[in-house]
Amino acid sequence: MKPRVAVIQFPGSNDDRDAVWALKALGADASLVWHAEPELPDETGAVVLPGGFSYGDYLRCGAIARFAPIMDAVTRFAAENGLVLGICNGFQILCEAGLLPGVLRPNASLSFICRDVAVRVERSDTPFTSRCEPGQKLVIPIKHHDGAWFAPPDLVEELEARGQILLRYEDNPNGALDSVAGVGNEAGNVMGLMPHPEHAVDPLLGSGDGAFLLASLLDAVAERPSVPVALA
Amino acid sequence: MRATVLVRPKEGILDPQGQAVEQSLRKLGFAVGHARVGRVVDFEVEAESAEEARERVDEMCRQLLANPLIESYEVEVQG
Repeated sequence: MKPRVAVIQFPGSNDDRDAVWALKALGADASLVWHAEPELPDETGAVVLPGGFSYGDYLRCGAIARFAPIMDAVTRFAAENGLVLGICNGFQILCEAGLLPGVLRPNASLSFICRDVAVRVERSDTPFTSRCEPGQKLVIPIKHHDGAWFAPPDLVEELEARGQILLRYEDNPNGALDSVAGVGNEAGNVMGLMPHPEHAVDPLLGSGDGAFLLASLLDAVAERPSVPVALA
Repeated sequence: MRATVLVRPKEGILDPQGQAVEQSLRKLGFAVGHARVGRVVDFEVEAESAEEARERVDEMCRQLLANPLIESYEVEVQG
């Protein structure tokens, strides 16, 4: 069976279809799930929160989307060790929801940045990076205005000690603390990143490096039993 | 009752918006420093007393209106 991935569609998401396209290109059974749904589809193996501007980015990026009806199901899914990946706005939502540490703040330059960047893979022993080598450089585009990851110094120290910093920019584009581009939760089943791997799965479009991350996720789905989602 | 919530970037948190505003004010010839840009949220809240309203608004701030990692807030209740 193909790995089943639910891509959540919020009002204002705009990378949802690209995420489905990229995941399908890599062999997944990926489909869109509307934010107002109360439950994830049966046998969901992973959830992707895509990029965009959910709820117009009002108040703070991700602050309103975290209360969307589907987020209860996503939170339960994550608590049962289900794999959850947040990309850009999805990363912001996971931080606001408390599923990932820290917060994304406006870029230090106050400019919207849209270009390819190089990121370094800090760990390869995670469900999101297993196809990479530690220290491997990936070229993946970013496109955001609020991408500067921040956390208080004591929290950063804890995250470092527990190996929760998963990706770092080679050349910090946005003022992120310690050049952090992607983090994981303590249990290791939730990851968020600002770069867009779904826009980099075909060398024809500049880089295929995003496929390392998405294919790692699909490998992990194939290896683990699906999480029952109707336990509530 | 009328509630006003003032949300500010916490002390020590880099505030690029504040810096940009400060630079613009300086270009206009105003001698300003340490500019910070926050947010105001005004709304009506149903409550029996000002104290109850304040508690409710405080809860709103913790759940939604402010992110405690980077923002502090003040609540004013009138009426």
